[in-house]
Amino acid sequence: MIEIRGLHKYFGDNHVLRGVDMTVGQSEVVVVIGASGSGKSTLLRCVNKLERFRKGEVRIRGEVVPEDERAINRMRTHVGMVFQHFNLFPHMTVLGNVMEGPVQVKGVPRAQARRTGLGYLEKVGLGDKVDAYPGMLSGGQKQRVAIARALAMEPDAMLFDEPTSALDPELVGEVLGVMRELAAEGMTMMVVTHEMGFAREVADTVYFMDEGVVVEQGPPERIFETPEQPRTREFLAQIL
Amino acid sequence: MHYDVSVLAHYFPYFLPAAWMTLQVTVLGIALGLALGLGTAFLQLSPRLALNGPARLYIYVIRGTPLLLQLLFIYYGLRGVLGLAAVPSAVLALGVHNGAYIAVIFAGAIRSISGGQMEAARSLGMTHARAMRRIILPQALKRAVPPLGNQFIIALKDSSLASTITINELLLKSQQLASSNFMMMEMLTIAALFYLLYTGLFTVLFRRVERRLEAGGYA
Repeated sequence: MIEIRGLHKYFGDNHVLRGVDMTVGQSEVVVVIGASGSGKSTLLRCVNKLERFRKGEVRIRGEVVPEDERAINRMRTHVGMVFQHFNLFPHMTVLGNVMEGPVQVKGVPRAQARRTGLGYLEKVGLGDKVDAYPGMLSGGQKQRVAIARALAMEPDAMLFDEPTSALDPELVGEVLGVMRELAAEGMTMMVVTHEMGFAREVADTVYFMDEGVVVEQGPPERIFETPEQPRTREFLAQIL
Repeated sequence: MHYDVSVLAHYFPYFLPAAWMTLQVTVLGIALGLALGLGTAFLQLSPRLALNGPARLYIYVIRGTPLLLQLLFIYYGLRGVLGLAAVPSAVLALGVHNGAYIAVIFAGAIRSISGGQMEAARSLGMTHARAMRRIILPQALKRAVPPLGNQFIIALKDSSLASTITINELLLKSQQLASSNFMMMEMLTIAALFYLLYTGLFTVLFRRVERRLEAGGYA
């Protein structure tokens, strides 16, 4: 579903991604872990081209997305994204947020977008908040709305950029719960997170990144129980 | 000093045409300023020098010179080129002048919306233009309302400078009447009352707009 080959990314002179390869198969859940500054969020943002990169390629559904605004916009309708800071549209209701993409981008009739939107809000457990504004919600609720907003586009894959990092600890569970459910339903997911419990339990493959490269990858049991690389061991020792 | 309160009511009606003129010049000037300001704000925010360069030059020149000079420049200086009558000249000067300030207000308001809003909109597949229209502008306009209200009140008072190019607005009217009835203080009082009336109306109007935007309930 998502193939990343030889990806290099620079911020000015700063070489933040130094040749990254990664594959996210259909219905696979890939979790990317690593210290802050390791390039994992940048990598995720390269997938839907929120960041442009200098070298390498990203294939979505087997296709390289050309450097063309229209092609990029079309690709983005197939790849949902959830941000660390939610980025809900504060001037729209919860339902308005969820309907915005389908109505404005895909041209879905309002009545139909409303129905599907209500369905997704129900799914993330916010069926009773449809008319609320984002400012009235807790962080966990906001993030669940953000997930519903991305799902409403009916994407083929979902990108999660540290979706629980901005949440109070007691609100992390409700967001991870929704993500766990999505994974179980077969959604293709690429998740950047510090939640090792989630990685261990939900990931099909875990990638450990450090200083812009993938240091080690494998099924979570192997990465967490018997890491081969010293850098991986060091990182896990620090956070577990 | 002699001050006769009783003449205020008597002379009040004499000011009505001038009050109407002040309102017209102000409102048309603001309307022009809004259009110029929004356009300039977009140009200024463009990364392309060919677009943001002229916008910044416009703002620099207009903010860097007095409105009175701009008014005289347009009416007398450009008479041979534009050939505008006094009232259109005043509207143009006030519009061009306020356009620069309103551009700064709009550009600042747009910039103040977090980059995450644009990213979220783009990640749904929206074009830049649609994201601007649907997501950024509605939020930015709300933030621009209080400083815009302030600017409109400034424009109202600045319209008094149009008296220098023979426009019979409130200030010129008070001077004309005073030169024949020698009641300068009383005439200025009446003009001041009209300005205060307008300022009060603007304030109420803007508070209502702000409250309506607030009704959305968002932070």
